[in-house]
Amino acid sequence: MTTVADTPLPEARRREVMRQALSVGAATGAYGISFGALAVASGLTVLQTQALSLLLFSGGSQFAVVGVLGAGGFGLAAVAASTLLGVRNGLYALQTSRFLGVAGLRRLAAAHLTIDESTAVGVAQPERAAQRLGFWVTGVAVFVGWNLMTLVGALVGNAIGDPRSYGLDAAAAAAFAALLWPRLRSGDAVATAVLAAFVALVAAPALPAGVPVILAAGAAVAVGLRRGGRHERPPSPDAEPHGADPLP
Amino acid sequence: MTTWATVLLACAAAFGLKLAGYLVPAGWVRGERRSRVIALLPVALLAALVAVQTVVGDGGALLLDARAAALAAAVVLLVLRANFLVVVGAAAAVAGILRALGWA
Repeated sequence: MTTVADTPLPEARRREVMRQALSVGAATGAYGISFGALAVASGLTVLQTQALSLLLFSGGSQFAVVGVLGAGGFGLAAVAASTLLGVRNGLYALQTSRFLGVAGLRRLAAAHLTIDESTAVGVAQPERAAQRLGFWVTGVAVFVGWNLMTLVGALVGNAIGDPRSYGLDAAAAAAFAALLWPRLRSGDAVATAVLAAFVALVAAPALPAGVPVILAAGAAVAVGLRRGGRHERPPSPDAEPHGADPLP
Repeated sequence: MTTWATVLLACAAAFGLKLAGYLVPAGWVRGERRSRVIALLPVALLAALVAVQTVVGDGGALLLDARAAALAAAVVLLVLRANFLVVVGAAAAVAGILRALGWA
């Protein structure tokens, strides 16, 4: 999976990219333990939890599924919240498809591995061969680590009993806050977050669980369109895709 | 909808979006306004999830309990640039301790 076309990378560069990719993979994979524990705490079985990490493989969307279901929301609301959060992966794919040059089965594999981290490491490299190596190694490393640690978290979460007494339900909000935090870099992002939280809380007492979160997506539309006429500085080239703007 | 149907549908939709990025012309999502709305989508959803998970109780009522204290601890740690797992673990610990003490 790490065969690289075009000009081969010098050994020193290859090792540099590998080190970066594997360290991102190890760090991110470790978060899987919190997903596994929170998923079983919200009522999913170990198998359902593992299916999300294997097949959905996008942290924010996975947390959204278990968050909405755990709060008693109905299935379609969980799917909608998860899917709206996954839109950014499709945008990353527009970028990564330019340097990966994949077709057929390799394209399906690349699509599955297109997430925050693999995109970030890939686009950060100056040479094409390093972009490809960085994307694939990061994607596979995160996939393996995330899935193994999901299993550990799910088994531990299952074994310890009532999740409420360990505060695991409260940890879900902290997980979402930690995912949100690095995105709050612009005034628009902060305005969107405040408006979205407000909409969700106003709607919560009146609507079924999960629906307020979907309604809050309107905050992105309201803020994004409102500022449409104003000129903003372009995103800096070294901004991580974690940040506000996933587009080049 | 069963939990399995929810899980598998969410998986299919996520993969479909990822694959679509390899198949559609990039021009579909060009345009300053469109790309800004798309970039702000995760912000809106995550903020709403934080709010709902923190203060919405059973039946949709708003209430302040151990979860709010846990979130406050998480925010302090995020300001201090703590690692993701530290943030999540500390929030769970704060809520668990407050409940064990019977304070929330």
